[in-house]
Amino acid sequence: MNSIDLTTDYLGLKLTNPLIASASPLSRSIDSARQLEDAGAAAIVMYSLFEEELRHQEEETARFMIHQEIGFGEADSFLPFDDRFEHGLDQYLNQLSALKNALDIPVIASLNGVSLDGWVDHGKLLQEAGADALELNVYYLSSRIEESGEAIESRYVTLLEALRRQVSIPIAMKLSPYFSSPAHFIKRLDQAGADAVVLFNRFYQPDIDLDTLQVISQLQWSRSADIQLSLRWVALLYGKLNLSLATTSGAHNANDVLKLLLAGADAIQLCSVLLEHGPAFLSTIKEGLTRWLETKEYAAVSEIKGLLSQKQISNPQVFERSNYINLLDGYSRSEGVRS
Amino acid sequence: MHNSKITIDGNEAAAHVAYLTNEVIAIYPITPASPMGELADKWASENRKNIWGTTPSVIEMQSEGGAAGAIHGALQNGALATTFTASQGLLLMIPNMYKIAGELTPAVFHIAARSIASQALSIFGDHSDVMSARATGFAFLASNSVQEVMDFALIAQAATLKARIPILHFFDGFRTSHEVASIEPVSTETVRALIDDDLVQAHRQRALSPEHPVLRGSTQNPDVFFQARESVTPFYQAMPGIVQEIMDRFAALTGRHYHIFDYTGPADADKVIILMGSGAETVEETLCHLNESGEKNGLLKVRLYRPFCPEALLAALPSTVRSIAVLDRTKEPGADGEPLYKDVITAVAQDQMNDNPRFSRLPRVIGGRYGLSSKEFTPGMVKAVYDELSLTQPKQPFTIGIIDDVSLTSLSWDPSFRSDASKQTFSAIFYGLGSDGTVSANKNSIKIIGDKTQSYAQGYFVYDSKKAGAVTVSHLRFGSDKIRSSYLIEDHEARFVACHQPVFLERYPMLDKAAPGSVFLLNTALPIEEVWSSLPRSMQTALIEKHIEFYVIDAYAIAQACGMGRLINTVMQSCFFALVSIIPKTEAIDAIKNAVQKTYAKAGKRILDANLKAIDAALAGLHQVAVPAQVSSTHEIPHSVSDDAPSFIREVTGEIMSGRGDAIPVSRFSADGTFPTGTSRLDKRNLALQIPVWEPDICTQCGKCVFVCPHSVIRSKLFTDDSVADAPETFKHVPVLSKAFGNGLQISYQVSPEDCTGCNLCVEVCPIRDRENPARKALNMAPQPPLREQESINWDFFEHLPEYARTGLHHNKIPEAMHLQPLFEFSSACVGCGETPYIRLATQLFGDRMVVANATGCSSIYGGNLPTTPWTKNAQGRGPAWANSLFEDNAEFGLGMRIAIDKQREYAAELLLSLREMAGAELVDTILHADQNDEAGIYEQRERIEQLKHRLSGLPGATPKYLLSVIDTLIKRSVWIIGGDGWGYDIGFGGLDHVFAAGRNVNILLLDTEVYSNTGGQTSKSTPRGAIAKFSAGGKSTPKKDLARLAMDYEHVYVAQVAYGAKDTQTLRAFLEAESYPGTSLIIAYSPCIAHGVDLSNNLRQQDMAVRSGHWPLLRYDPRAADSGHNPLQLDSQKPSIPFRDYAMTEARFSMLSRTHPDESEKFMRQSQQDVNKRYQYYRDLADKLFEKKADTKGEKA
Repeated sequence: MNSIDLTTDYLGLKLTNPLIASASPLSRSIDSARQLEDAGAAAIVMYSLFEEELRHQEEETARFMIHQEIGFGEADSFLPFDDRFEHGLDQYLNQLSALKNALDIPVIASLNGVSLDGWVDHGKLLQEAGADALELNVYYLSSRIEESGEAIESRYVTLLEALRRQVSIPIAMKLSPYFSSPAHFIKRLDQAGADAVVLFNRFYQPDIDLDTLQVISQLQWSRSADIQLSLRWVALLYGKLNLSLATTSGAHNANDVLKLLLAGADAIQLCSVLLEHGPAFLSTIKEGLTRWLETKEYAAVSEIKGLLSQKQISNPQVFERSNYINLLDGYSRSEGVRS
Repeated sequence: MHNSKITIDGNEAAAHVAYLTNEVIAIYPITPASPMGELADKWASENRKNIWGTTPSVIEMQSEGGAAGAIHGALQNGALATTFTASQGLLLMIPNMYKIAGELTPAVFHIAARSIASQALSIFGDHSDVMSARATGFAFLASNSVQEVMDFALIAQAATLKARIPILHFFDGFRTSHEVASIEPVSTETVRALIDDDLVQAHRQRALSPEHPVLRGSTQNPDVFFQARESVTPFYQAMPGIVQEIMDRFAALTGRHYHIFDYTGPADADKVIILMGSGAETVEETLCHLNESGEKNGLLKVRLYRPFCPEALLAALPSTVRSIAVLDRTKEPGADGEPLYKDVITAVAQDQMNDNPRFSRLPRVIGGRYGLSSKEFTPGMVKAVYDELSLTQPKQPFTIGIIDDVSLTSLSWDPSFRSDASKQTFSAIFYGLGSDGTVSANKNSIKIIGDKTQSYAQGYFVYDSKKAGAVTVSHLRFGSDKIRSSYLIEDHEARFVACHQPVFLERYPMLDKAAPGSVFLLNTALPIEEVWSSLPRSMQTALIEKHIEFYVIDAYAIAQACGMGRLINTVMQSCFFALVSIIPKTEAIDAIKNAVQKTYAKAGKRILDANLKAIDAALAGLHQVAVPAQVSSTHEIPHSVSDDAPSFIREVTGEIMSGRGDAIPVSRFSADGTFPTGTSRLDKRNLALQIPVWEPDICTQCGKCVFVCPHSVIRSKLFTDDSVADAPETFKHVPVLSKAFGNGLQISYQVSPEDCTGCNLCVEVCPIRDRENPARKALNMAPQPPLREQESINWDFFEHLPEYARTGLHHNKIPEAMHLQPLFEFSSACVGCGETPYIRLATQLFGDRMVVANATGCSSIYGGNLPTTPWTKNAQGRGPAWANSLFEDNAEFGLGMRIAIDKQREYAAELLLSLREMAGAELVDTILHADQNDEAGIYEQRERIEQLKHRLSGLPGATPKYLLSVIDTLIKRSVWIIGGDGWGYDIGFGGLDHVFAAGRNVNILLLDTEVYSNTGGQTSKSTPRGAIAKFSAGGKSTPKKDLARLAMDYEHVYVAQVAYGAKDTQTLRAFLEAESYPGTSLIIAYSPCIAHGVDLSNNLRQQDMAVRSGHWPLLRYDPRAADSGHNPLQLDSQKPSIPFRDYAMTEARFSMLSRTHPDESEKFMRQSQQDVNKRYQYYRDLADKLFEKKADTKGEKA
């Protein structure tokens, strides 16, 4: 098995294999991060530093720790304010340093937010704390009917550019699939200095509780079937841009990983599957990947990368209007048959 | 003054030294001493070291008695140990104090001296607690100021080690414990230099050790006890000399020289005041002023009160003294003088019997009481005492500071008298809302001025007795000389007056405080041109006559614009520095910005930036208002109560509400501490910005809004069609939907607009949404001001509609039970309080026959803190009778009530039987065998008792009279024992356990906030694992005590665990079952609290999550079920359906730990989940067990 070369280049980093632990609570604990490394993760993306979460923490701190007085003589406070209290950002930076100290694999810090208001500054701090790369997770959903798709895209680009000015380490853009022309947009990101795109993010989605008539919000774990969206776009983009391609959402087993590699992914981020089965499950996927390569007599991941991308295959349109094409194909004769 | 000065309060000054010089610190919360324990606990959790380089062990105990016991044990094992307490807490320590002193053990107890509860509880300062402990054998050292607190804490520690006599170091509660002052700190080097390690070693050598065992604490008999008791006398004789020696050594180290009696004044003084405590500072300030005009007044400060050293006292007094007034800050009813007075007069008289007495003739010595419960003691009062000493027949005994028109003890004083100090200091006064940050901003200003300038600074803060919408008044003084003014800023003194809330203009004549030429700053949203006319006439007059400069700012708008919500502290603080010239403006602004940086650095950049932005915006938004030459206002500050209110309400309640309580004479009070109920309705505070508005068209009349309202401001009522014929036009009512009432009945849900606090819980709980507009519920919040007048009229009309007959309502159905009149209303509890709905519910169901024993704590404060009480009565004049005994004894107190009622009922029955023929056999028999198990039965019994009273009044002889005195006990009474978890789980658990065991018919309502809420959130045994609380800054590591399980173990106690926010029907059922159970009932009620670190608008959600996570299983254990062969335990909540973490992380008490101790937090979350799972399984198993019917024991032989 050792003869198979699993290495891959992602974000300018030389990874021992294409499997990356995606941003998840597993990076909150050094123990579970070590388990990921031991299981063979080639890199780890830290849990996200959420702009909203930081803001919430700040407001919570101000409300319940700094301004506790209610004007009652017997109590001017209610909760002890420990001097070791850490601001969410400091805590993140400390955890980043701790992960860097504990792990040999690259640690990618993750920023999640939409505003330019200060938090891009955090990128510099993350770089200083030792992050090998940054993953910028912008999920901006405009409800303003005046705002055009172009304006939204520009917002992403502006954010990326702002972050690019702050840091010299590689930047990956983690995206949602909701763009009119993802390919064109990713090209813009490429030009604006992104080193990779991660396709595609999952989010809390609104739902309606029929009993209470309340709108609720929930996050569903991915399933294997969910890789298909990423698979298509990786296949479409492979070989056309300078930036590297990673996928997230849906990879649950070695087969999923292989499909994504064949479509052209440089790296595959794993999340739900690790939360569901534990960090050690990564080694099972890695073994499956290796075994398949052996069975099929491939010596290296690089040999299969993009093998079935749009650029490489004979019928590139299959990645485009494929259902329609399949329908048409049902009526087509073999090319070798005369009229 | 050195630049090294620091700005702290008395509690911190004491705790600082105590922490440095001890190894074991046992603590228990009690106002005003709690901050000392909190600081010690905090420092220990931060691993701060004492002077020997080790972190003291700090342990919270279950009571002060427990703390004293633990200290005793620690001392016996050679540790240096200390504790902090006050008032009742000190009383609980007394038994151990005798032991500690009797065994000659060095220790210092630091006491923030506070009144002992007598006719009433009071949290404020006097010496009645320390005086109660003066026979214990402890030495007593009195500090008069914050500086002295720090100095004497060290002197006491050094002296006790040498003398081996433990020392009670005390200072005045609040006045000194909470006064913020600039002082010269005692350095660690000084502490190190004064503490003799050889003496520490000697203490350790005396410790119990199996290596050299001894026995201590023997039992002695008549033959030897007396002699052995006398063996300590030489130690007491040596003590004054030792204390003086330490004071001398302290002086050599610091330059501050104290004496066990410190005399101030001319060497040839003829009149001297002797006292101890903060009042001495005011006396010193005043005598300096008086002596400038040639008077020869002196002051003797008593530092070492025990052992009392008459020789030193006499030596300190000038021989020229002709008259002495001894002031005691305590009252010993029935004594012929207060303690210090008697010590002094004994010393002087005994000396006079000597051959060479100190005085050529016996000076006249008079004794007076002053300052009880922090009553003001001002220069005018000091002058009155000196003046009294000039009289040939001064009053003996006397009081000063009150008007005693009963015993005529009081001296009159000139309230306009001022000492020179008032001219030399800069005084500023601020009226703020409790939660708007005014106090912390002012503390910060004091620190800035104290640090930036050579000025001395003093801050003292007067708090409200209310928890919601409290008012704070900050009194700040700055001066180039040491500030000795240990009294509030008086009228015409303040050179800066700030009103941080425009609503206060209607309440407080704050410009009475303003000095001529002063500055008045008002926060108002009104345009400048409208501000002048908004002021009451008296304020306009003051502005004109005193030539006050008037400034306004719209602080709320600025705070809002800067992203700070309604927090205006930074804005108002900036204005203060901009308007006064204590520090150059730019320097001051820089200092505020630095302070803001320090405070908000941990909160985050955005909050920090918002504050910095607010500082600059404040300066830009500050505007001067031109003061016209003429008064033009047509309104005045309104009276608190109407002129036609009963005289007590007008002359006492109303006066206290108006801030004139100090002037109420003695004769107006009931001598036994009795007050009328039903007074909270007088105090219309208009706290709500928004109030609920009822939409009758979609309302299903479920009553949930009434159930959850913490302040009983939303009510429902049933009434007939014709009763609303003359209803106000906007009064809303609709036909009742329930078929149970037949036709012709109307229903209304009405809000009292001026009593609502705007908590939103009624809207939150409302399950009904408009089908066409889901955003519209059957209740929706709307701005209060436009509704205030109209809804007040509607409320008044609603209140005057007759109550629907209690007998006509199903009490076990929420919509109907909520029509029962609450007899607990408009309390001063926090907005959104989780406790009060339970109390209100009990009063709705049983209030007209309820007797309440209430443990000290939140519920006794919002229930019984003057001026008003939420406990009220119905139209027939019936309602809960309420009393508070103590914190620790509430279960026993309530049990005593039950025993008395049962005994009297038994006696009444006996008497009734003896009068059977005379009173009418049929009536008597019916009364004696009446079934009072439902509302109708009780109603009928009442009717019969009325009939009986009528018959008895005509009968001759003593028996009918005896019967009449106890006859009402024949009507079923409901005894309720109410208290919090600090009481039930900790300090009162022993008594509670005994009440469980006794099995008498009492109902215990335990309002479980899982923390000592009233004293500021200290850990109780109810605090859950992983929550931070005071005394558990690193997260409580042990699980919450399962009180329900302990009570169920008795098998004869009815137990319910309820959370109305999760399942209101279960709560209602539990209350009805508990009350109907003829033995002991315990209801443990989950009560979200601000100490949980969650906004109480989420109160209901938190209760629901607590239940769904399994943290708070709902259960009922009814021993009656066992009799019919059923399992007595009914588990009313489902298997935990959300992770404990999901609930916990919504509350700062849990979530903050992940920011300070992430690993521990993680561990606690895991353990808590296991706790939850285990507990659920335990209860599930118990509830599922097949239950065998109890064997019938009737036929068994003994």
